[in-house]
Order: sequence, then structure tokens, then C-alpha cells
Amino acid sequence: MSHEDTPKGAKITFQVDGRACEGFHHESLLGALRRLGFEVPSLCFHEAVSTYGACRLCLVEVQKGRKSRITTSCNFPVTAGLQVRLDTPAVQQNRKIVFQLLLAKAPASPEVRALAAEYGVHSTPYKVSEEAKDNKCILCGLCARVCTEVVGANAIAFSGRGSHKDMVAPYDEAAEACIGCGACVEVCPTHCIGLRETPEIRTIEKWHRDLPLQKCEKCGRPFAPTFQLMTLGKRVGMKLSDFKVCNDCR
Amino acid sequence: MDDAKLKSIIEKHDRDPANLLAILMDIQKEERWLPKETLKALAAEMNLPLARVYALATFFAAFSLKPRGKHLCTVCMGTACHVRGAPRLVDHIQREFDVLAGNTTADMKLTLETVNCVGACALGPLVIVDGEYHGNMNAGKMDRVLKPIKQE
Repeated sequence: MSHEDTPKGAKITFQVDGRACEGFHHESLLGALRRLGFEVPSLCFHEAVSTYGACRLCLVEVQKGRKSRITTSCNFPVTAGLQVRLDTPAVQQNRKIVFQLLLAKAPASPEVRALAAEYGVHSTPYKVSEEAKDNKCILCGLCARVCTEVVGANAIAFSGRGSHKDMVAPYDEAAEACIGCGACVEVCPTHCIGLRETPEIRTIEKWHRDLPLQKCEKCGRPFAPTFQLMTLGKRVGMKLSDFKVCNDCR
Repeated sequence: MDDAKLKSIIEKHDRDPANLLAILMDIQKEERWLPKETLKALAAEMNLPLARVYALATFFAAFSLKPRGKHLCTVCMGTACHVRGAPRLVDHIQREFDVLAGNTTADMKLTLETVNCVGACALGPLVIVDGEYHGNMNAGKMDRVLKPIKQE
């Protein structure tokens, strides 16, 4: 059976460092490796959303037939007979460079520094620009992928290109489409988005979004932004009045 | 841009989100730039996230989110033009019109932009003035091309 005929998700075997492993046809190689218990570093991967290959940390060496090459494993599909090597000198060398680049891009991120240190990279030879000094964002786009694919709010997206690329709300103003659910805050690998809450208002700092919170009718505790309840309610055909009590009191 | 005009552009492209790029180009043809209010109206009218429209509009150097002047002067700064003296041309125009690259003169007469390669490397250094391509440019020829604009 040629692999074009193999249905997506069919059980197949491939090799990791010479060991036979079971996987599913066309699943994410990184997902499979993680499930099998192999350790591969990564910042921008999340099983709930599409892969993007942005952080470049999940490098592995893959071989099918005679040619072997270095690739990001998150967006590489598993196929039968694939040979994967995890920690070859070439992988180590490339990963070191990626860590150094990330350290120059987001020097203020303790998460990036900690992960780099785990792999023996403690400093970067690249110039850290003045604007980058306080930067924590590695532009992996995971927040936008979650916002689009999971939440469906589409509040944020990449803007610009090349050295001007940025992750901002449109015009870097308050993101009107943001429902303040905080999924992006939760999922951000470098915790650079920032969520603040007073009893009245939830603020998502990076998207400049302030949203009044709904108070539970029973316990009086603020439990979710009113706008979030309204938007999600509209989607499932319910009214705001159906969300008067919090989860705990329901 | 008024609503009717915007709607006619959207209709012309079958209201298809896949034609968003062409729609933005048509809007810019009319307005010379992409005004914020128009992009917001476009997103609402096509039921698209503003974030997506903004992402596309900021990705391409051909789009401007700042008001452009009456005339547009684009200097190619691709590798070939660069080594043939494009930076000197930019300096020259900046001095002549008192405007920094990427900006518009105070009287809104001329916008000076740089772009990285327009694919006419054999003609470098290349300058595009109001859609017209001028190859093998130097400061003297530049002055002649820009003279009518200066004297306006």
C-alpha cells in the first residue's frame, strides 16, 4: 500500500532513534513524540490548534528513503517507515542557534531563558536591539491561533512583515472583537499578554481591552466579562439573562 | 470613502473574502491610501474580522495606512538598485523635497517611499513616479522627472 492510500489517522509504525514506535498516519510528529514520552523542546505547539512551526525549537532529523534532513517536528506529518533522530549533532547545533536567536528576540522572557538554559544555552551572540530589551513575545502566533480556531473571536492577528512583524490588536488600539476570555493569556508560552482584574473590570493588557465583569446573582462574585457571556450566548442562542449565576452557584 | 462606492467595489469582487487583496487594491486606487474608517466599514460589510483585514493591509509594502500625497515617488532599494546608488537618490529627494523616506511633504504634494525590489534590476537604480518607471536614474535625471511636481 503506497502511503497516499493510507487513510488519515490509520495506525502505522515509524522509528525513533532506531526504536519502533506506533503512530497515526499524518498526525503531527511532535504530538506523536510527546505522547510516546520523548522530550522535545517547543514553545509554540498546542494540540488544540493548527501547527505553525514558528519557534523552530522542535527540530529533529527525519529520514525517509536515503535523504535525511532537519525539520520542525510540530508541522511534520508522521508516515509509515519514517526514521526520526532526536539529538544528533546537527539538531543540537541548529537548536543552539535557534535558542540564541530567541534570546535576542525576547531577552525579557524568563521562560525562554529557562528553556535555553536547560539545553545549555546561556547567552546570545546576536545584538539585542534597544526596542527588544523589554520584549517577551517571540511572535509564535499561538494566541491568534487560539483566538481564531478555538474561541472564534478573531480579535488579533499578525501585522506587518519581516522586522516589522508584530502581534497586535488592529491599529494597536483596543481590540473590539476581544471577548476577554483570557485564552490567549493562558496559552502564551512566555506569558507576555497580561491580564488584570478589579472587582469591576477585566483588562487584557496587550490588546488594550477593558471589559466590565458580570457579577453572580447568588454569591455576588464577578465571574466573566459581560461581553463574553453576550457573545457566546448569542452563538448558542441564549440570552444574557441565562447567565446570571456563576458556575459554582449553578 | 462613501458607503455606496465601497459596496460597489465589494460587489465587483463578488463579495468573496478570497478577493480581499484585490478589494484593498481597488480602495487604494480610489483613495491613494487605506483609511482606517474604510477598512472598518469593509470588515463589517464583508463580515470579516478587522484583524484579518489589518493583517493583510500591513503585510504588503504597496499598501499605505497613512495618507499619501498627490504624487507618489517610490525608489527601489533592492540589492541591484542599492549597489547602483539608490541610497544616494533617496538622500537627494529627501533634501530636495524636505521629506523623510516613508513620509509625505507637509503640503501633501509628494510621498516618498522605498521598496525592496520591483523586479526590474537591469534598469537599476529604478524610481517609480506616479506609476511610471524611470530606469538608470541619477540625481540630474531625478530632478528633471520631479520638476513638474516641484513647480506645481
